Amino acid sequence: METIRHKRWVKAAHLIITLSFFALFFTGVEILMVHPRLYWGDAGNDLTPALFELPISRNYHHGGWEKSTPFFHTVSSPVSASRTYDIFNENGWGRSTHFLAAWFLVITGVLYLIMGVFTGHFRTNILPRVKDFRLRLLWRDFIGHFHKLVAPASPGKYGLLQKSTYLIVIFFLLPLIALTGMTMSPAITAAHPILLTVFFGAQSARTIHFFASVALLIFFIVHVVMVVRTGFKQNIIGITIGKQHEKTTAN
Amino acid sequence: MKKQQPINRRKAIVAGLTSLGGLMLSGCFKKNLPPTYGNILRMGDAFTYFAQRKLLPGQSLVKEYQPSDISSFPATGTTNPADPKSPYYSKAYGPLQSNNFADWCLSIEGSVARPGSYSLADLKKLPSRTQITRHTCEEGWSAIGEWTGVPLSVILNNAGVLPNARFVNFYGYDAYFDSIDMIDALHPQTILAYGMNGSDLSVPHGAPLRLRVETQIGYKSVKYLQRITVTDKFVDPGDTGWSWYTGI
Repeated sequence: METIRHKRWVKAAHLIITLSFFALFFTGVEILMVHPRLYWGDAGNDLTPALFELPISRNYHHGGWEKSTPFFHTVSSPVSASRTYDIFNENGWGRSTHFLAAWFLVITGVLYLIMGVFTGHFRTNILPRVKDFRLRLLWRDFIGHFHKLVAPASPGKYGLLQKSTYLIVIFFLLPLIALTGMTMSPAITAAHPILLTVFFGAQSARTIHFFASVALLIFFIVHVVMVVRTGFKQNIIGITIGKQHEKTTAN
Repeated sequence: MKKQQPINRRKAIVAGLTSLGGLMLSGCFKKNLPPTYGNILRMGDAFTYFAQRKLLPGQSLVKEYQPSDISSFPATGTTNPADPKSPYYSKAYGPLQSNNFADWCLSIEGSVARPGSYSLADLKKLPSRTQITRHTCEEGWSAIGEWTGVPLSVILNNAGVLPNARFVNFYGYDAYFDSIDMIDALHPQTILAYGMNGSDLSVPHGAPLRLRVETQIGYKSVKYLQRITVTDKFVDPGDTGWSWYTGI
């Protein structure tokens, strides 16, 4: 099988984005552990109902609250309560690492998008041809992935399912996770309140951010499985130190 | 055995990138940035601060909500400085509280033409602003509440901020300290709040007076205010392990 010879800037972007993804995922889990409850809308906290909760730290279902006091003299008044429980919180380094890695992802991602458009990388390598894009073919490609070693549609090219997946990751999941991340920022939403409208509120954005990260994790796992199945060594060499103009051949 | 090199390649690259980042930041941003302590995470924080100040209009207003949007509101951090068991116990706070804060006063000093102090009654006579805003905690939760207080800009204008002033520093009775830059200090929604949800501010939420910085994460909104100083230089609390600027 012939491996794809990646351009140098593609390899560099792939490396930086992969490392950023690792740092973002690790610190993202840490940040979620501090408050493992997800909500819909603008507000959500320990004193309001959650959409769902994840049992991933000692903060899960902790009952460390003083008796609550209502703000108003109504039956369904929102309440205040003081926390008495020493929660798990490593957000000091967690958040700063998350945002530092996010800068690497966003800056590299934007440069990658610009390069991808202007070099024709997206057109030649990622976008499926309209005539190729048939749901039946996509389904056949999908089933094929479970049966045999996947041969590319043509040597050195991505398959239809592969192209479609990369399209979703590059043009949907990564922009979505970046924008929902920004929707949690008070300064950014002050300047761009439309983010709060588009994502149904700051807590909804956080929940979407979580699901986007789960989708990216699934992509990552399947991607690695396919990399291993189609020849781990030459794939890794191809995307990292592989020479751009040298033909690598392997079985 | 490998000979130990005085500086290996990795160290050289890290040092190079670090100094490059430092140069870029100081070059593009003439005004003082908070110290980074040679810590890569604080450099990232400083970069976020720099980028947000450059890319975002500083005085755009955060979203304000309807009274029906007011939500339950956890009180975290220090929730009672009068409690001797609290690590943030303040001997002075209890007597002030038992007298309903009649003896409490807020002082403003530093790089101002007219230093002074305000009692709670003085503050309530000044122009006030009421806003229903979202409090975003670094932990991940948020809550919506109605805040009433004096815009910080009113206090700063009364005191006459000197032209070289760049930071406003807040000291709480619970020994909490934090500071903001002039852009956030003069933001129309940055207020010194004495009222919450139509009542006097309660002790768990920072009575008698707390800062509200709506453009940043919740921990910048110092509770139990005692003293405000205006400075030309960054008052360095050392590396607390947390980002000083938290607009993100």
